Amino acid sequence: MLKTLLIAVRALVVMTMATGVLYPLAVTMTGRLLFRETACGSIVLRGTNVVGSLLLAQQFVDDKYFWPRPSACDYGTMPASGSNLGPTSKALRKLVDKRRRNFLARQPQGLTNAVPEELLCASGSGVDPHLSPSAAAAQIERVAAARGFNERQHAQLHTLVDQLVEAPQCGMLGCPRVNVLRLNVALDQLR
Amino acid sequence: MNDNAVTELGLYVAVLALASPLLGFYCARVFSGLRTAGSRLLEPLERLAYRLCGIDPAREMRWTEYTGALLAFNALGLLVVLVLQLFQMYLPLNPQHLPNVPWHLAFNTAVSFMTNTNWQSYAGESTLSYLTQMVGLGVQNFASAATGIAVLVALTRGLRCTMTATIGNFWVDLTRATVYVLLPLALVLAVVLVGQGVVQSLAPARTATTLAGQTQMLPLGPAASQVAIKQLGSNGGGYFGANSAHPFENPTPLTNFLEALSILLIPSALVFTFGMLVKARRHALIVWVAMSGLFLVGLGVALWAESSANPALQGLGFWEGKETRIGLANSVLWSTATTAASSGSVNAMHASLSPLAALVALVNMVMGEVVFGGVGAGMYGMVMFVIITVFIAGLMVGRTPEYLGKKIEAFEVRMALIAVLAPTVLILICTAWALSVPGGRAAILNPGPHGLMEVLYAFTSAANNNGSAFAGLATNTAYYNVLLAACMLVGRFAVIIPVLAVAGSLARKKSIPPSPGTFPTDRPLFGVLLVSVILIVSALSFFPVLCLGSVVEYLLMQGGRVF
Repeated sequence: MLKTLLIAVRALVVMTMATGVLYPLAVTMTGRLLFRETACGSIVLRGTNVVGSLLLAQQFVDDKYFWPRPSACDYGTMPASGSNLGPTSKALRKLVDKRRRNFLARQPQGLTNAVPEELLCASGSGVDPHLSPSAAAAQIERVAAARGFNERQHAQLHTLVDQLVEAPQCGMLGCPRVNVLRLNVALDQLR
Repeated sequence: MNDNAVTELGLYVAVLALASPLLGFYCARVFSGLRTAGSRLLEPLERLAYRLCGIDPAREMRWTEYTGALLAFNALGLLVVLVLQLFQMYLPLNPQHLPNVPWHLAFNTAVSFMTNTNWQSYAGESTLSYLTQMVGLGVQNFASAATGIAVLVALTRGLRCTMTATIGNFWVDLTRATVYVLLPLALVLAVVLVGQGVVQSLAPARTATTLAGQTQMLPLGPAASQVAIKQLGSNGGGYFGANSAHPFENPTPLTNFLEALSILLIPSALVFTFGMLVKARRHALIVWVAMSGLFLVGLGVALWAESSANPALQGLGFWEGKETRIGLANSVLWSTATTAASSGSVNAMHASLSPLAALVALVNMVMGEVVFGGVGAGMYGMVMFVIITVFIAGLMVGRTPEYLGKKIEAFEVRMALIAVLAPTVLILICTAWALSVPGGRAAILNPGPHGLMEVLYAFTSAANNNGSAFAGLATNTAYYNVLLAACMLVGRFAVIIPVLAVAGSLARKKSIPPSPGTFPTDRPLFGVLLVSVILIVSALSFFPVLCLGSVVEYLLMQGGRVF
């Protein structure tokens, strides 16, 4: 009995050293050597300022920027979370209506096309950094109008959104998508 | 559904079906003590572990001693995780200066990770220090998975050995599972994950000033190392609260594919390992096909449910709680796989799933986590169903049932029934209790039938050591934390102890050659009977409450009702 307990203590110590210390440190070291940027959060810099992470959505409410998916945690990251509202939730129905009204009200005059579904539903993490190409395209007119773009810039914006569409990975994994932060950073540089 | 959903799901099933027998073969060699591909590198590590721990690998254990060693190791693990949480403020590697964890949450979390449940009443990034995650939870991710594998290997010895009192050495099985299987796989996966964007750093969280001029914290930590093993070891406890929906845990479609594959990889491979170790490959194949059938039917129903529109939300698709880069099809694949195996990690919020996809998740769990199931746990749980099946078949033809040459007698059947029924009874009683007290009902987020599902899901997930949640339920209270922890403990050990008892009892028996009256377990008919037994046991027990929850919600949703 006592002997078993003694072995158990030693086994746990050895296991802790191997899987709780050496293993994570080995991964950390390898990550630092091979993938420094991704290991540290895929940081986006403007000059020397950290403006965010490519992988974490941030809040954009201004018409001049593309908006990411709605967030149940207001794009907070400590912690990030989804809404957990069920398919028969009255609260969810109200939120969806509100988001739809807000989106349509901010569209330029005369534009009443359907609002993309992802822009009506909060993401699972609350910080989903991507939009589908159609959900990004649906915002082009609003952004262009808010920035007072001329025809040339307007065309440039269309090209920009197209350029930033990431194809399915390895040709077959996942859906095409646009990173909203990358798009907005590029948008600010558009002349 | 996205355009390439079919390709992607097909690829998933194909890779799983190809990789499982290969890994299963490898594991069988490892647990037979034979040399394998990595032996030259890993054998010295194995021997070093024995030397450091004072283990004599040649020493055989009776089932009682095996169980004792297992319980001692797990109890100590529980204690360490508990202490790390209760005092994390005073310990190093806590750059966010997170306070000590309250006792009931610390207890719940310690039990949760030790029992391979990985239920989470907390969000990692704002509750646990890097040290607690790495040295506490990370270690239990390995330890609990290795424990599950060890129990399965011990059970195969019970079936294969004749007239012996012993079923192997727990420390050897634990060490081999960790050194030869879990660590190498986790190491490779973790590095790939870092390359794709899963964070792995011991630096404190960074502060960003967003384009819109707000402040945003960028959480960091040793996430990739943890994510790799939580996927492979059917643990499922996320580094971040949003689990694999969080872009820092699952940043790209490739990571999503690999993480989803990792959920089922080892549990599926171990079915083949079982077949090789007990020298009944055809039987194992029949069991694997039965598991795959149950899995694919569930997946089909869930995919169909999720690709429809929600009449209660003016025909909106089920995008709430899902991530754009992952998409609907991959979210459903994951929700089905994670509940089939006892992983419990999520890449979409289960609470926002369509009612029938949620029903599939629940049915996967109430079947006792035997559709591939947890690492080791799935297959040894399945053997308990197999014993009940051969017993029923024996009753039908009026002969003493046998399984792989061993007589199945009253003791084995009794143990199998305990293992199968303990979680079931626990779920129903606890759900009824929680729904009948104000403290239990106050935690519900979504009213109506969905609220019933939140509570049922919580106890089902805990008692079957799954760990996924309808996370709207506010379970971080003393009542839920303690009650759920109790469910996890019973759900884990009320299965492990009977399984080891069966292993011990079978090992003592002599092997009898098959006779014309033996019910063959390597024919498709056996597979059909096995699936029927599983469905009858779970359906009879849970049919009423599942109807009141998911089915009612589905019907009301079709009528456009909201609550």
